[in-house]
Amino acid sequence: MIEVDVVILGGGIVGASAALALSRQGRRVALLERDFCGSHSSGVNYGGVRRQGRPLSQLPLSQRAHGIWARLPELIGIDGEYQRSGHLKLARSLDDLAALHAYADSSQGFGLDLQMLDREQLQRRFPWVGKIAEGASFCPDDGHANPRLVSPAFARAARLLGATVLEQSEVSEVEHDGRRFILRTQTGLEVRAPWLLNCAGAWAGNLAARFGETVPMHAGHPAMLVTEPLPRVMDASTGVEGGGIYARQVTRGNCVLGGGQGFALDHARARPGQAAVLEILRQAVELYPFLEGAQAIRTWSGTEGYLPDRQPVIGPSRTQPGLLHAFGFAGAGFQIAPAVGEVLAELVCQGQSSTPIEAFSITRFQSTPAV
Amino acid sequence: MSAIVIVGAGPAGIRAAQTLVAHGLRPCLLDEAARGGGQIYRRQPENFRRSPVTLYGFEARKAVAVHQTLDRLREQLDYRPDTLVWNAEDGALDTLQQGRAGRLAYARVIVATGATDRVLPVPGWTLPGVYSLGAAQIALKYQGCAIGQRVVFAGSGPLLYLVAYQYAKAGAKVVAVLDSAPFSAQCRALPGLLKQPLTLAKGLYYRSWLMAHGIPVHQDAHLQQIDGEQRVQSLCWRQGTSLHALDCDALALAHGLRSETQLADLLGCHFSWNPLNRAWLPDRDTAGRSSVAGVYLAGDGAGIMGADAAEMAGERAALALLEDLGRAVDPQRTAFLEARLQRIDTFRQGLEQAFPFPERWAPDAPDTLMLCRCEEVSVGEVRAVVREGHWEINRVKAHCRVGMGRCQGRICGAAAAEIIASESGLGLDGIGRLRAQAPIKPLPFGVEVAP
Ligand SMILES: Cc1cc2nc3c(=O)[nH]c(=O)nc-3n(C[C@H](O)[C@H](O)[C@H](O)COP(=O)(O)OP(=O)(O)OC[C@H]3O[C@@H](n4cnc5c(N)ncnc54)[C@H](O)[C@@H]3O)c2cc1C
Repeated sequence: MIEVDVVILGGGIVGASAALALSRQGRRVALLERDFCGSHSSGVNYGGVRRQGRPLSQLPLSQRAHGIWARLPELIGIDGEYQRSGHLKLARSLDDLAALHAYADSSQGFGLDLQMLDREQLQRRFPWVGKIAEGASFCPDDGHANPRLVSPAFARAARLLGATVLEQSEVSEVEHDGRRFILRTQTGLEVRAPWLLNCAGAWAGNLAARFGETVPMHAGHPAMLVTEPLPRVMDASTGVEGGGIYARQVTRGNCVLGGGQGFALDHARARPGQAAVLEILRQAVELYPFLEGAQAIRTWSGTEGYLPDRQPVIGPSRTQPGLLHAFGFAGAGFQIAPAVGEVLAELVCQGQSSTPIEAFSITRFQSTPAV
Repeated sequence: MSAIVIVGAGPAGIRAAQTLVAHGLRPCLLDEAARGGGQIYRRQPENFRRSPVTLYGFEARKAVAVHQTLDRLREQLDYRPDTLVWNAEDGALDTLQQGRAGRLAYARVIVATGATDRVLPVPGWTLPGVYSLGAAQIALKYQGCAIGQRVVFAGSGPLLYLVAYQYAKAGAKVVAVLDSAPFSAQCRALPGLLKQPLTLAKGLYYRSWLMAHGIPVHQDAHLQQIDGEQRVQSLCWRQGTSLHALDCDALALAHGLRSETQLADLLGCHFSWNPLNRAWLPDRDTAGRSSVAGVYLAGDGAGIMGADAAEMAGERAALALLEDLGRAVDPQRTAFLEARLQRIDTFRQGLEQAFPFPERWAPDAPDTLMLCRCEEVSVGEVRAVVREGHWEINRVKAHCRVGMGRCQGRICGAAAAEIIASESGLGLDGIGRLRAQAPIKPLPFGVEVAP
């Protein structure tokens, strides 16, 4: 039996960064992970470390995360291939360009420093972008990183500060005895703690429902692929207004591209699906003509939780004191997770978050009839 | 209408096709190669004129029979050469044919995807002039060219002697054959090998022919290092404690074969650890049925058993498919095939004894040795990740990119597994299985999509 101050369910980047933040403040933490830390969404995502394009309600949190990403080596011991390449959001029509302008206006004051580029400026500055683009909005300090390295490193850093990190430990039972939570794993382990953090990603709905908080979450499976190493061409991570595909090039030369949805193989594994893969290959040569004839060598997907408003749930349970939720990041949790971890630690240690999180309260689903 | 599909036009796939046609079906036969025959009976380009005996030696009759079977069947088959299957999903195969992506729905599919060399890297193996044994043989069979003028053959397994013999016969200078298996192992294996006296005799013949022609054949000989500036110039090998050097301008190496199982994986087949193959293989019953209804497995793609077994397994899998369709098949024939396959399996155990896997390879591999050449990952980097506490092969891959490149672990996967198992002390069957991901082989941007 393990007794700790805080037990965290889920070893993705959200749970692991909470474990790290709490360990840094001297709390005794147990992090329980069904598979391996960072082996789900957190380790297989596109690697976009991007503030641009997020709903305004996320920007304070995202901005806080931006500061944490700058200190990555100090926090987790590696640079995680993080680079502030800038993030370029392309518009394929004048309407889309107008939408980018509107976002640039409304996000003033959040520190994004967006630069609007018309067709000519775009071609001059990023000559590798296809002629299909009418213009773009550029966020110079956004960037990208390697999720395979970054996410497990948060868990490792927490462990080095004393957190108990248990992999291959699926939590199968959770109770609250009036004073603390009692968790049991499939492997027969028992963990007790007055605080429980629900960081179970796409699977977090089970735990929420266990405490009477049913949320309308569904799993999505973004499709991803990577090319063989190519000459360095792309000097920014890119996306497209109104959806479509996104692409970045890593130092080694491989281009990572995403777009569209795959399908679930079972509750925990997913594949990108041939339709999404072919669609990425098709769109990519319009947006990035230098990719014509390059080879895609690998494809993959992951399992991510989405709520109907595509906003996460972050904050205290309304039914169970001591229970905090942080899940449903809708394909955009990698960048903000380090700040979410700090916020969760603040909620445990100080009782409140210094960054506004009201918009993410689980109470917004109160009207959902309980099942 | 969904088709009955066979993937792979080697001995297994062609015999499967023949059997289905004989029972009145019109299967679709796909192969990424331009001409049928598979790797062992690979055909030369249309305009080449070497005789079958020149090309296939003792196997000429079998090769011609397999080729003729395919040629005769062409009208009765939907035969699609130059067609790569890059994915399987939702009852259909995704194909790539001359730059066009297509889909082929299947009702049932026979997977006969064959094998490639099992390569154990040695320092210098990425130098130009170093080939796998299979590649060296294909250069000769297909294009009629040798990989070099002074060639060394190294590794182990029956293919080692066969390819060396074929090169010498074709007029190439074979500098030496370096077999890592000790002679004593081959003596011990004799009882098992006697189950297939003809195959055994051929193996012995190749070796004695080489020796009779003054070609040095060394046993218990372990390749240590390959050297050269722009390409291979020399190599160093060890026997016991003594080191030897050799000059050469090309080297072919492999330690047996490994099954191409990615398609079976994408089709959802259940895999089990197979100690004989030192690999995870898709489960199949004695007839070739996989764990997935409607998916059948035949030939080396489901476990290394050689060309003769592949022909029989292809036929047997096709008969299983027919049985499952409710067609009447000859029970004596199915029993005969299964009995023969069983016998070859025993022989195969003998072969593994005769050419044992070099157990010292993994512990002795130097840290600086390049393990994954696509992603340029060294043995030391993999060991470091294992020492950090990662032991599951997909996690090790995530941490250091081993097996993540262009070949998707088809070349380095077996060697990486050996290193991880050795460093973690967990055993080869305890480190998980490298999962296959589409595309099975690279897929180009700008690919046209068939409507
Ligand atoms: C393909 C893809 C691309 C993406 N691209 C981006 C991007 O570019 N930028 C960005 O910011 N975000 C991106 N995201 C989203 C981002 O990856 C996620 O929002 C983020 O990783 C969520 O982290 P998490 O810790 O909540 O989830 P996860 O990483 O999924 O972690 C949850 C963990 O909980 C564990 N768990 C569940 N149930 C139990 C149980 N009962 N017991 C024990 N453990 C349990 C799971 O095994 C899992 O490891 C992408 C996501 C995907 C799938």
